[in-house]
Amino acid sequence: MCLGIPGRIIEFVDETHQIAKAEVSGVRRNINVALVLPEGLEPGDWVLIHVGFAMSKIDEQEAQETLRLLRAMGETYTDELDMLLKSEIE
Amino acid sequence: MSKDQLRPSDVLEKIERVRQARRRKFYLREEYITLSHGSGGKATHNLIEGVFAEAFANPLLDRMDDAAVFAIEAGRMALTTDGYVVSPLFFPGGDIGKLAVHGTINDLAVAGAQPCYLSAGFLLEEGLPIVTLRRVVESMAAAAAAAGVTIIAGDTKVVERGKVDQIYLTTTGVGRLLADWPLGQSHAQPGDIVLLSGPIGDHGIAVMLAREALDIECDVQSDTAPLHGLIAALLEAAGTGVHCLKDPTRGGVATSLNEIALSSEVSIALDESAIPVRQDVRGACEILGLDPLTIANEGRLLAIVARESVENALAAMRAHPLGREAAVIGEVRGTPAGMVFLRTDIGGTRVLDMLVGDPLPRIC
Amino acid sequence: MRFVDEYRDPQMAQTLAVEIARLTEGRPLKLMEVCGGHTHTIYKHGIEDLLPRTIDLVHGPGCPVCVLPMGRVDDAIAIARSEGVIFTTFGDMMRVPGSRGSLLDAKAQGADVRFIYSPLDALKIARQNPDREVVFFAIGFETTAPSTAVTLLRAQAEGIKNFSVFCNHVTIIPAIKAILDSPDLRLDGFIGPGHVSMVIGMRPYTFIARDHRKPVVIAGFELLDIIQAVLMIVRQVIEGRAEVENQYSRVVRPEGNRKALEAMARTMELRPFFEWRGLGFITHSALKLRPEFAAWDAELRFSVPGIRVADPKACQCGEVLKGVIKPWECKVFGTACTPETPIGTCMVSPEGACAAYYNYGRYSMAAERANLPAIGLQTPADRTAS
Repeated sequence: MCLGIPGRIIEFVDETHQIAKAEVSGVRRNINVALVLPEGLEPGDWVLIHVGFAMSKIDEQEAQETLRLLRAMGETYTDELDMLLKSEIE
Repeated sequence: MSKDQLRPSDVLEKIERVRQARRRKFYLREEYITLSHGSGGKATHNLIEGVFAEAFANPLLDRMDDAAVFAIEAGRMALTTDGYVVSPLFFPGGDIGKLAVHGTINDLAVAGAQPCYLSAGFLLEEGLPIVTLRRVVESMAAAAAAAGVTIIAGDTKVVERGKVDQIYLTTTGVGRLLADWPLGQSHAQPGDIVLLSGPIGDHGIAVMLAREALDIECDVQSDTAPLHGLIAALLEAAGTGVHCLKDPTRGGVATSLNEIALSSEVSIALDESAIPVRQDVRGACEILGLDPLTIANEGRLLAIVARESVENALAAMRAHPLGREAAVIGEVRGTPAGMVFLRTDIGGTRVLDMLVGDPLPRIC
Repeated sequence: MRFVDEYRDPQMAQTLAVEIARLTEGRPLKLMEVCGGHTHTIYKHGIEDLLPRTIDLVHGPGCPVCVLPMGRVDDAIAIARSEGVIFTTFGDMMRVPGSRGSLLDAKAQGADVRFIYSPLDALKIARQNPDREVVFFAIGFETTAPSTAVTLLRAQAEGIKNFSVFCNHVTIIPAIKAILDSPDLRLDGFIGPGHVSMVIGMRPYTFIARDHRKPVVIAGFELLDIIQAVLMIVRQVIEGRAEVENQYSRVVRPEGNRKALEAMARTMELRPFFEWRGLGFITHSALKLRPEFAAWDAELRFSVPGIRVADPKACQCGEVLKGVIKPWECKVFGTACTPETPIGTCMVSPEGACAAYYNYGRYSMAAERANLPAIGLQTPADRTAS
């Protein structure tokens, strides 16, 4: 329901109004970062952007973890498939 | 010789000298377009001479007759006309003048014609700075010269402030047909292959970002370009194997292909991952919730060619500067007629419909 | 694109789909994706073609554009037509029909309607036009409400008096409750809305698992996010669990975004009830501005008709939203009701269940009927090289 897109913080533009410049796939826009500042924010961090606001800081570790989990799911299946195939051969 | 000794004949001669000089020189003193520039009188004359005549100068136009007269070779001709209303007038990579020249050239070119002559009609808003007009006219002249076509007729009207938005332009073009076989949007046949000359969406995104206060910074430039060179090379290489050509302007690739599918009563299957989109165009589309397939292009070509001609066609396109990134993006099928669909990255399918209304940024 | 492309790996998706098929063999499941963004992803990638037939995805009510009742659109148009008003809106709302036309029609008739990307853009327009009244048409779920809240706080801090908000923010939990309470519905689990959850966190969904014994998996919006979420739900069902799980942990924290919730609480409060298109009145399902922000409340500053307009009779959006019928089972789907001439809510926004199906899904049905082969392109080898 709500379009959100990952962007990388490039620099802080206006500290008083909590505005930072973010980049999404080669496109830049100033966004309001007030809602993610309590999490601590630095240039280079990735945030989830919705209607010009950073709504959440993207957690790189969690992102890796999800991918790891996905790969593991894939591997478990491949292993099972291998076993299945092997058992048929024998 | 003192002043009181001046003879009447000398005075008459002087007046005549000045008049001659004035006839050759034009005094466009005004900085803004006024209604009198459209009155047909002296001001109109000054505007035409001071802005248009010099920029567009060529033997056919220079005669300033009511109609340009030219000879044609025996054969078939193509004629097209188009109006241009773009806001802003100037955008990254182009302007309304360049767009009007390229647009009409492309309409001729996709019909399989070599563009020869253009005419230009200007509707100007009272109060338009003449420097703005001059910039547009010079850009048109440069675009026409670069494309090797001549603007041989024109017209100017001025309307009250607020009746048009700065400049509206109409261009008409005539061209000589290169293709003597059936070519057009009703000639796609099952089994044909769909080619695209390069990445899509650049023009529409460049103009939208320049027009709307979306505050998005990026380096996307309009792709506006004359396609007749690319098309001539393609026709040369693939000949009668070329069945249909189209420049996917408003409504983008999605709309153009739907028009072809409807006219030709075929279905078109596209491979989503094969359709080139620039990274920053994709970024802008992701932020704004737009689909690059529905975004306008002004210098891209869709070509539907017979399967056996694909290799020649693709090689010819890639050898041309405007077709370096040309790619096979799909194929034509028999059924279900009138539909375009995409094979998605995971091998799923989805229907690709025409654009409804204008592309509007969305949040959800 | 980082955090996007990694989650679009087609091969991985295939692998997970095979696993889902294996686990659900002989055990069909009906799952609802609450969020319209998920519906969009599902159709964009053709995920239904990939998933086994045992998985039936029901498209839920999570499209804020779709659920806004006609009467509210009429009110918006009335404000937009008021003397001196610049009416700002997200592009989504421009084409949504009220009882007598859309904002796009109002614009054609002379209203100054402008589309914007962010509510802060509306505030900027107000600063630039001190002699005009600038109204922001606030729509959206909890994802969008905090941005309206921050904008209101800015307007207050800067004392910008010619800015106001027409507040139509809605909350997702009461809508899910309404669906769960619907007697004609049988669902086996929910794909939870990722972006709403980054604001509200995981706790508000607990009742679904605890009281209704249905699994909830909060999911991201990429291909693999959704397929993984489906697999996670399937596993819960098979293992007899009903829990709230978070697939989208890179973005969603269990506690949500406190700062965002705080901004909302400072500026907005729950309405006693609010009408949803297709679903009727739902208690405590929407937000209005707090009395302290009356000066910025467009509903108080402009006279709006406030007339309830009944949903068109022919339209079965309510049943579609509740998953009782599929979009194409509606009497007017694709005939009287199309994206160009939408009758019901679900056809309005491109992510409405019907519009999504109309735009993206028609082929699979056409193909099934005509018994056509699946799409597989036979193109020159050249393409793979390029």
